[in-house]
Amino acid sequence: MINFLLLPILIPLMTGVLLIFFPKHIKWQRWIAGILSFITIIVSMMLVQKVKTDGIQTLNVSSWDAPFGITLVSDMLSALLVLTTSIVAFTCLLFSFRGIGEEREKFYYYPCCSFLIVGVNGAFTTGDIFNLFVFFEVMLMASYALIVLGGTKIQLRETIKYLLVNVISSALFVITVAYLYSVVGTLNMAHISERISKVGQPGIITVIAILFLIVFGLKGAIFPLFFWLPGSYYAPPVPVMALFGALLTKVGVYSIMRTYTLFFYHDTGYTHQILAILAILSIIFGVIGAIAYWDIKKIVIYNIIIAVGAILFGVSAMTPDALTGSVFYLIHDMLIKAALFLLAGVMIAITGTSNLKDISGLIKRYPGLAWTFFVSALALAGIPPLSGFVGKLLIIKGGFEAEQYWGAAIVLMSSLLILFSIMKIFINGFWGTPRAYEGEEKVPVRTLMIAPVVLVMISVFYGVGSEVIFPYVSQATETLLNPEIYIEAVLKER
Amino acid sequence: MEILMAFVIGILFMCATYLMLSKSLLRIIVGTGLLSHGAHLLILTMGSLKRGAVPLLGENASSYTDPIPQALILTAIVISFGVTAFFLVLAYRAYQELGTDNMDKMRGNKGND
Repeated sequence: MINFLLLPILIPLMTGVLLIFFPKHIKWQRWIAGILSFITIIVSMMLVQKVKTDGIQTLNVSSWDAPFGITLVSDMLSALLVLTTSIVAFTCLLFSFRGIGEEREKFYYYPCCSFLIVGVNGAFTTGDIFNLFVFFEVMLMASYALIVLGGTKIQLRETIKYLLVNVISSALFVITVAYLYSVVGTLNMAHISERISKVGQPGIITVIAILFLIVFGLKGAIFPLFFWLPGSYYAPPVPVMALFGALLTKVGVYSIMRTYTLFFYHDTGYTHQILAILAILSIIFGVIGAIAYWDIKKIVIYNIIIAVGAILFGVSAMTPDALTGSVFYLIHDMLIKAALFLLAGVMIAITGTSNLKDISGLIKRYPGLAWTFFVSALALAGIPPLSGFVGKLLIIKGGFEAEQYWGAAIVLMSSLLILFSIMKIFINGFWGTPRAYEGEEKVPVRTLMIAPVVLVMISVFYGVGSEVIFPYVSQATETLLNPEIYIEAVLKER
Repeated sequence: MEILMAFVIGILFMCATYLMLSKSLLRIIVGTGLLSHGAHLLILTMGSLKRGAVPLLGENASSYTDPIPQALILTAIVISFGVTAFFLVLAYRAYQELGTDNMDKMRGNKGND
């Protein structure tokens, strides 16, 4: 079972390749994509269990020894993220079966989704910095295709902006890798970490650290670099939006987490302080956006930026509690954002608009939708028995321990405003006098609701059963706190 | 030699930034092309430009140039080639549908707020 950690990358890749051959047979496309993506969930669960019992899994591709070949590394953090990705991908596919429309499905929608998952899972699993770049590109290329698929005017317009921003950030990534290579002379992440700790952290490494922050911040939408996100995520259809909102920015967040705990932990007074300030500013600006809009999609989109800020604030504090909180919150946020986007998608499908002022009284006709939305709104804000609570509690606790009182206070207060922004959707959309909407009888609400209900159930379990999940998360945090564990696992032969 | 290359790459980045800040979509795409050229030259330069044989074992030389940056560049070139091809077709489609290549006119809030 030595190649086991490849399977979450390999299965979607094979799915994508297979599905290219018969684009017009939609039924087959759906069945194959659905079944194989379910198998990916099972495989990633087994991978999590394997990492739990046997420690970090590494695979030297083609048996070249560690610093010379490409190494794939699956520690607990990446295994958990791969599992979450697989779950989100499966539920988004379930939603797509009824929600995306046949004309898109005929034009390679499912292959593109599979390739997106290849990129995301690969980026979580790789142990080589240039390989990370390649998986980023796999993911981005699939996302360009998905965001423009259908070719409406708004999609074309926003894709141009999205593509341009990502081309620039990819070029910056290449430049940063070039600088790093010229300083340390290696590309294997564990080996880089070892070499950096050997020279301490001279000024040039700090510069590279900030460059990495800019690169991954552009992908992950932190404060001054989130400008592209609200427009671009608004354009694609809902299941695509859910995939993007749940997965793409989180890959950037994961990369910041990885580089800032594995490479650049020597001069935290400078780099992590900047990270903390940017995280807090993302929370503030995200909250402003979330409150300002009367549009369901926009409100959820700005909530992505707030969550990214909260997670990175936890990373910047670098205490055990804060990092545990970040990991908890990261996984929670992937699940709940996908659920919220899909629920918003059901609302939009019923009403035909995303403007809150044109919607009211949905609870009379669709109580199931209303209460699912209510639960996911409470989970997003972090009300105790639900999933957002533990993560945020630990982030705030860690923030206070690191004496970042202002930051922790802002994270705390942001919860209130998140609750306000999301309750605005609930109060205006579901309460009030019921209206009749054009063509609402044709919408298959019951089948559309399966995916978000599954996600909300998982996230409720995640909140209520956090005792069960805690050992896994604390194992993930252990690696983040002690890079030696990671280095030893990768470079064990020497 | 590296100093000279650094200046050349700097000028490439400068031109790329200038072009990408302009209004016409085609100028922006030319800018991304220059940006990727700069990035690729930078990898080559950062791998240091020592003298040595081409990395072919048949050369039987005492020292070779560093093969890793060349492999990295080859990867980065094909990736940016793919992305640029996609971008050009996208620009063509956008010109057909939206009837403009001016980024200012692609702003608009219709269906966007």
